[in-house]
Amino acid sequence: MDEAKEAVFEEARDYTGAKLGMWLFILSELLLFGGMFILYSGYRYKNPADFHHASRELEVVLGTLNTIILLTSSLSVATSIAAIQKGQRKLSMVLLMATMALGLLFLANKGFEWGTKIEHGIYPNSPTLLARSKGEILFFGLYYVMTGLHGLHVLVGVCVFSVMLILIAKGTLNQMRFVPLENAGLYWHLVDIIWIFLYPLFYLIT
Amino acid sequence: MTSTGAMESIRPRISFYEDHGKYRGILSWILTLDHKRIGLLYFIFVMAFFFSGVVLGFFMRLQMLAPGTIMKPQTYNSLFTLHGIIMIFLVVIPAIPTIFGNFFLPIQIGARDVAFPRINLLSWWLYITGAIIVVISVFTGGGPPDTGWTFYAPYSLRTTVNVPLAVFGVFILGMSSILTGINLVTTTHRLRAPGMTWNRLPLFVWAIYSTSWVQILVTPVIGITLILIIMERFFGVGVFDPAKGGDPILYQHMFWIYSHPATYIMILPAMGVISDVVPVFARKRIFGYMAIAISGVAIAAVGSLVWGHHMFVSGQSDFADILFSLLTFLVAIPSAIKVFNWVATLYKGSIVIEPPLLFCLAFIFLFSIGGLTGLIQGALAPNMHLHDTYWIPGHFHYIIFGGMGFGLFAAFHYWFPKMFGRMYNRKMAMRAWAVMLVGFNIFYFSMLLLGWEGMPRRYYDYLPQFRSLHLTATFGSWILIAGLILMFANLFRGLFKGEKAEDNPWGGATLEWQIPSPPPTENFEKIPGIRHGPHDFKELENNG
Repeated sequence: MDEAKEAVFEEARDYTGAKLGMWLFILSELLLFGGMFILYSGYRYKNPADFHHASRELEVVLGTLNTIILLTSSLSVATSIAAIQKGQRKLSMVLLMATMALGLLFLANKGFEWGTKIEHGIYPNSPTLLARSKGEILFFGLYYVMTGLHGLHVLVGVCVFSVMLILIAKGTLNQMRFVPLENAGLYWHLVDIIWIFLYPLFYLIT
Repeated sequence: MTSTGAMESIRPRISFYEDHGKYRGILSWILTLDHKRIGLLYFIFVMAFFFSGVVLGFFMRLQMLAPGTIMKPQTYNSLFTLHGIIMIFLVVIPAIPTIFGNFFLPIQIGARDVAFPRINLLSWWLYITGAIIVVISVFTGGGPPDTGWTFYAPYSLRTTVNVPLAVFGVFILGMSSILTGINLVTTTHRLRAPGMTWNRLPLFVWAIYSTSWVQILVTPVIGITLILIIMERFFGVGVFDPAKGGDPILYQHMFWIYSHPATYIMILPAMGVISDVVPVFARKRIFGYMAIAISGVAIAAVGSLVWGHHMFVSGQSDFADILFSLLTFLVAIPSAIKVFNWVATLYKGSIVIEPPLLFCLAFIFLFSIGGLTGLIQGALAPNMHLHDTYWIPGHFHYIIFGGMGFGLFAAFHYWFPKMFGRMYNRKMAMRAWAVMLVGFNIFYFSMLLLGWEGMPRRYYDYLPQFRSLHLTATFGSWILIAGLILMFANLFRGLFKGEKAEDNPWGGATLEWQIPSPPPTENFEKIPGIRHGPHDFKELENNG
């Protein structure tokens, strides 16, 4: 791409378009998790008693803690975007780092929770789990897949934020040009909202 | 290929072939951000996979000539699986949106490129990565997949062959498809030239736009389903495994929630091509512009709700059967609207017989047979008899090959002079068309008859009473392949030896015909202002 073409792209940069693209991407992500939610509802409808027993084994305290962590991180990324829009670069970076730290804390917490379960012999295809009823096998299978897939999204989000952090530090993202950060924030809110549905489905409904 | 453009001709601006950007040689292609170059990259690879799919199909038909002598049953299972995976995921789903959508959608709306050129390149790289993974899965692990392209659980969980890798490849292809969809929807919304209102959009753009929505909305569902197969194979999660409480019928639902709308991802773009080509060769405004545009959206919407008609004998509830059958009949209405509108466009038009129009006529004829056979199997009682027989592949080849395939060939012959700046031999193209049409019908109509008489699909052998029809089908497949060879040889020759094409050889009124052949890198020197719809041939003539 020569200079002239670069200039054309620069000229043609379209913020509304970038946002539209991100929303479409989020829509497809929602349908990805939507497939899992369909499976969850189908199997819950078929095995209500088993799901009831299995969900009581999850640590509500840890789940609630993670919900608080993730909601707070959504706040910090939103304020980070507000900060960069007002030209407060340092503040924006600090808030972004706080978001990343909260994301990692979420993952650590999740890892701890998984670790305890695995220690008790409850993981897919484990002898202890296979000895249980079919509904409980399904519940924990879905638990691992859905929270695992969500955790993967948290991890991707943290990586995206670290790229954003570098871009802010370099000045590529600034008061005039912040749409990539806004889009990263949108993605983070998606991760957040999916957890808001996972949390009651696995921890609260018994 | 870089030398195929109008190198010697004196043009005010150089074509996109000559403007190689900041890279040289092969890198100027595989790292390009130009939508036309990316379209051609897809073109090369989609065609390569099309040929491998044809070869696999050729050997399947050869097996039916003398069952048991040519290959073992397991080989036959792998052949129909690979034929399906390659043709569906690597050829038919991406073909028109990625080749012609990429190349012509931005030009037709008066834009210089797609909305996200870098993501466009990423889509191509994902396509290649997915394709390579699928190819690797054939030669490694326990051998090529033998599940059929549907990967039905629980067999796909139990078979020892290399299912997880193939499934992962298809997952990557899905990501590519989603990104292409996002790109083209955003492009249509944001980059239309001033005056290019929604009711002035060429119908090809409308079709690609509807298709892209389906790609964005349903591909993630198969994505998660395929991930679950991999999870099942590696960790034994149990979600589709009946031994652990999983429900294989739920797998079928998840699979068809994507894969039925996917058939509309295949056919809608081809319908867009037909809607663009027919009026040009009838020299007439299209009949029912809005009806065609909206019926495309309606097909996309209703078509997403009919997946259960693949599962009439699976044991789903009677209520679901009736509902899905009803919705299947409903989706025939917008499809028929299109067919009637194309025919009405031809009525009293000044018809010019050229290869692109002939392929369109073949499309209308073959798609009608495909559509009507679809209604027969969409009714509950006949479905009991026809399910899993040769009728089904007969029907969907009429739709996918006769419809989408001939639509693709129409697009080849229509846009070839614009893409390469050269013209193929038109007489030869018409001969190839006739040979293919004859071979196609001998081949696939025999399959319909075989199915009607009860020949099950995916069997490597058959009872003596099916012999004559199997021989006829194999014979037809040879004629069809001869026609394909003739057509591609003719196009290939045109690529290098064809006479130079004019800017507007067909007299089209859409924007791509108002710029040089092949187009310059940024398509338009100045973004055009649009004052009329896509079929205003009079205005074109007045402008000289």
